[in-house]
Amino acid sequence: MSGLLSRRDALLALALALLIALVAWRFPAFARPASLGGVFTDSSILIILALGQMVVILTRCIDLSMASNLALVGMIVAMTNAALPALPVPLLVVLAIAIGATLGAVNGLLVWKVGIPPIVVTLGTLTIFRGLIFVISDGQWINAHEMSDGFKALPRLTVAEVPLLAWSAIVAFAAVAVFVSRTGTGRALYAVGGNPDAAVYAGIDAGRTRCIAFVIAGALAGFAGYLWVARYAVAYVDIAGGFELDVIAACVIGGISIAGGIGTVVGALLGALFLGVIKNALPVVDVSPFWQLAISGAAIIIAVLFNARAERRPGRIILKRAEQGVAVVAPRPLQGGSMWGESIRAESNRGESG
Amino acid sequence: MKIPESASAPRALPDRSRGWLARSATSWETLLLLVAITIFLINMQASPYFLDPWNLSDATFNFTEKAMIAFAMALLIVAGEIDLSVASIIALASTAMGFAVQLGAGTPALVFIGLGVGLLCGAFNGLLVARFGLPSIVVTIGTLSLFRGIAYIVLGDQAYSGYPESFAWFGQGYVFWVITVEMVLFVLVAVAFGVLLHKTSFGRAVYAIGNNPTAALFSGIRVPRVKFVLFLLTGLMAGLAAVCLTSRLGSTRPSIAVGWELEVVTMVVLGGVNILGGSGTLLGVVLAAIIMGLVTFGFGLMNVPGIVMSIFVGLLLIAVIALPVLGRRLVSLRR
Repeated sequence: MSGLLSRRDALLALALALLIALVAWRFPAFARPASLGGVFTDSSILIILALGQMVVILTRCIDLSMASNLALVGMIVAMTNAALPALPVPLLVVLAIAIGATLGAVNGLLVWKVGIPPIVVTLGTLTIFRGLIFVISDGQWINAHEMSDGFKALPRLTVAEVPLLAWSAIVAFAAVAVFVSRTGTGRALYAVGGNPDAAVYAGIDAGRTRCIAFVIAGALAGFAGYLWVARYAVAYVDIAGGFELDVIAACVIGGISIAGGIGTVVGALLGALFLGVIKNALPVVDVSPFWQLAISGAAIIIAVLFNARAERRPGRIILKRAEQGVAVVAPRPLQGGSMWGESIRAESNRGESG
Repeated sequence: MKIPESASAPRALPDRSRGWLARSATSWETLLLLVAITIFLINMQASPYFLDPWNLSDATFNFTEKAMIAFAMALLIVAGEIDLSVASIIALASTAMGFAVQLGAGTPALVFIGLGVGLLCGAFNGLLVARFGLPSIVVTIGTLSLFRGIAYIVLGDQAYSGYPESFAWFGQGYVFWVITVEMVLFVLVAVAFGVLLHKTSFGRAVYAIGNNPTAALFSGIRVPRVKFVLFLLTGLMAGLAAVCLTSRLGSTRPSIAVGWELEVVTMVVLGGVNILGGSGTLLGVVLAAIIMGLVTFGFGLMNVPGIVMSIFVGLLLIAVIALPVLGRRLVSLRR
């Protein structure tokens, strides 16, 4: 299985390299390290969000509220900074992560404790978080001159000639990579997404695992909220509007299965970079930026066709006898059932057996 | 990605789930009706302008176009699928109509183009989901970008206008007194989809697929074909909404109807349709559409900004699903 996944990642890396080569063929300046570094830095926020979304999607859930979470946290830290310029910026970053995690916990608890399907919960909190920005800011903008210099400068500070914004993405990547591959909870994400029933029988609390996934996604979104506001030096109601779809697009292109249980951090990274390269290459090759939306849409559809081929593996019955009672691993009966249903039903299953 | 049989089993046991389902199906619409009446009374108290027939007539524009899509979407969600690309279909259909106007197309041709583009987009979604077996949420997030992206490629930051005067009838016309053309379309579409879902074997097949696609397949239901038709219908309704909205606005921008997909889904879920598929009624969706229209209108009369209304809609969406769950839990605790 890991061989298959790494092959998918390698294929995507190849596609990415081809894309860069194609642009560089006509415009060699695009492939210069400084230019590619710029593309990476520009994609950093998308990478961070895609990592968070991946953690959630692995558990067969989805978080549509990430961009609203980002915008709300961004507004809160920007207003805090404008009101109390003396507050040290690292404290604000911690505050951003904490608020983001709290908002994520709201999603997670509604999914875990109340049992509402994730898509409904996050559809609701998407509009609620966005509306709260208007309520706390009264529709006002926080402009560059109201923010302290330290607040705006932090993402641009360079360590080893790499801006902290890019370092944030690298650190987030490393942290999530270690989390999903080297911790029990991280492995539980795959187990819950791959087969919730089996996960429950293996002693994993599926609801709690999902809740943790939402908290992580929220924390990363909150962190990205500070980065966004500080980088663009402005906060208003509509920042990152519709960005949740870019994030999901990055995950889908990265080969993370929306049906849960399949996906790698490398995939999320490459998916985000793929969109980042397209976004940055269009002006270089003199194509109107209005093409970007259609191109990423086409990329999503092609990627999901690819994913479906990779995922269509024959199922195996491991224990013949158990087949009659509880199939340990059953072949997927039919493509395209509702993909949010299983998690909830697995839950009710557990309740009945316990 | 594997769905163990045991996971889908509880939903397939009729004697366990039907009692609860039947009860909630009968009570949900009653609850929605009470909510609608309450909001109506609050609005009457809140503003003396509320009861003016012309004001009320204007208020229906808040929901009629979205509701037409919501009716088709309700069937799609009952069948366990979803279409997030509907707002983008509106954008693409509207752009096609605007393009045709520049070539001198008349009103009948415009309507034909609007509905035709809607059908084509629906067919594209349906092909990917029903034929290739791809998850509809991802496919339609992709086509959400693709369809609106094409509108942006064609239009950029420009806008189409100059629609013929007779075209304005759909979005601005009145059939009789305060009864708008859109209201009539709303009623016709609601009745058509109500009959389709509740009175035909096609409708029964939709429920069967939503409850258990495998069992539906083994019962001789052509599952992919039903799903394909549902995507076609949703595309067609998005095309109809595009005709109405374009006619009402009199111009086309690529950002037309942005974000509507979420409002349409909210309407359907608020109407009591299970987002996991398998249950829901069209009457519930009609009531939910009216409630959302009343809330928007009432808040508007009280000068509440639109974005604050959206908080209310978001809370409503979570609350209507959470409250029955929490209520049942309380009841079982008392036992």
